[in-house]
Amino acid sequence: MASIRTEGEAIGLAPTGLAEGRSWQDNPTLLRLISVVLFAGIWQIAGMIPVSFAFPTFLDTMAAFFSMMADGSLPKAYLSTLQPLILGVVLSAFLGVGLGTLCGLWRTGEWLFIPVFIVLQAAPVAAFIPMVTFIYGIGMTAKTLAVMILALPVIVLNTYKAVRNVNFSLISMCQSFLGTRWQVVSKIILPDASPVIFAGLRLGVAAGFVGVVLAELLITPTGIGDLITFHRSRADYAEMYATIASIIALSTLTLVALQWIETRVFRPEKRGA
Amino acid sequence: MRSATLRKEPTPMPDVIDAIVKVRGISKNYGDVEALRGIDLDFPRGKLTSLLGPSGCGKTTLLKIIAGLVNADAGTVEVNGKTVSKPGPERAFVFQDFALMPWATVLRNVAFGLELRGKPVAEREKTARHYINEVGLSGFEQKYPHELSGGMRQRVGLARALSVDADVLLLDEPFSAVDEQNRRKFQEDLIRLRTNQNKTFIFVTHSIEEAVYISDRIVLLSPRPGRISQIIEPEIDRSVDPDRIHRDKHYLDTVEEIWQGLKQYVD
Repeated sequence: MASIRTEGEAIGLAPTGLAEGRSWQDNPTLLRLISVVLFAGIWQIAGMIPVSFAFPTFLDTMAAFFSMMADGSLPKAYLSTLQPLILGVVLSAFLGVGLGTLCGLWRTGEWLFIPVFIVLQAAPVAAFIPMVTFIYGIGMTAKTLAVMILALPVIVLNTYKAVRNVNFSLISMCQSFLGTRWQVVSKIILPDASPVIFAGLRLGVAAGFVGVVLAELLITPTGIGDLITFHRSRADYAEMYATIASIIALSTLTLVALQWIETRVFRPEKRGA
Repeated sequence: MRSATLRKEPTPMPDVIDAIVKVRGISKNYGDVEALRGIDLDFPRGKLTSLLGPSGCGKTTLLKIIAGLVNADAGTVEVNGKTVSKPGPERAFVFQDFALMPWATVLRNVAFGLELRGKPVAEREKTARHYINEVGLSGFEQKYPHELSGGMRQRVGLARALSVDADVLLLDEPFSAVDEQNRRKFQEDLIRLRTNQNKTFIFVTHSIEEAVYISDRIVLLSPRPGRISQIIEPEIDRSVDPDRIHRDKHYLDTVEEIWQGLKQYVD
């Protein structure tokens, strides 16, 4: 570190990128790129040693990825996986934020629903998936439900906590300037709670990805889950790793997009901070 | 400069000819704690009245009851002759902790009262810009609260209260979170604004100097339970240089007198 330029740096935090006179260390794009290259390099070396005969190199995995894209097996698998995933995540997001807000504002709702979601969050929910299959069969419904039982609790609980901890002074302010109940909720409570709600959404979306892959491994051998199982059974480890890496990359990109929406739409003051 | 008019009555009920806010028999308990007991008070129109007292005397509670943000256990509040129990368009509040929306710009924060009333964007922004200028914040319209100093944030709070064009401005220790230098500047600006705006100000403070410096009328409250102990009207000529007021003998005497009166309540 050349010098200390911000309060955050003075107490040992990473630079925020706001400081004047940036060095290469403050360039986030470059840092991310270096991080990716380092990761790929270590993967490549580990694959060449090899760590395990079942562990392909980075370049083999990338080659497998492109060949699977070319022969259409990967796009086809995603087409089948994305349907229950998107449906489940979108439903969970709206239902979760709605239910969480309701529980935060309404005592009876809190008593009715919150204990259920606390139990659901604590439970190893993956154990419910066979039960879901038993009730709903092996179709789209079961997969969507698998996504939702993993994604919903964290979204509901985060929203509920965020709504309960809204700055009381701002609510008072809104009331004193003649805000209606609805205006208090839409103009104060939701924007003020949005950082924690979005933290819940990010966790929920990540859990949704876990849910859909679990469902495809445990319920119906289709989509990404099937592709992983299939290539494992044929010992096509490069293909298997390419599939796994691709779903991780997709999950990460979704979370980044969610963060982008948050700062763009809900908390513009955090842009660049 | 004339002498201060000191009234010391057991139940002070001084003559107010044109009272815009009338408080009658207000009592409030928080559990076992008696915050206010039987408050009768008139606030003259167009004047700045301070509620002064040590912490725990119920001055903020009284202000919030007048604002309609807290319900009294007994008694009534009349504003412009009408009994009120909820916030209304004739009153606007300035908060001790500023209560600015961190996600909104200065412009939107100032226009927020009008936004809640459903005024069109162009109209409310025009009004907001006018008052932003009035409190000396031109050029900061597009800034966010975290980019402003404490003093500037409270100016935003004041502009927001001014822009809804209420008759009565209720200020809850507005300068307590502002540093001393900014506080002085702000007090001077408040005196100027008061002359321009022709509004009634009700001002809660725990600073004796501040109360004497800016008020037409000071209501001293004693704690546990909160009751009116004295009403003082410091007749200080504020048209002179502000720095001279702080050195003025009459100003200093009034401060001293209030301190002697309040001393017994400080533990």
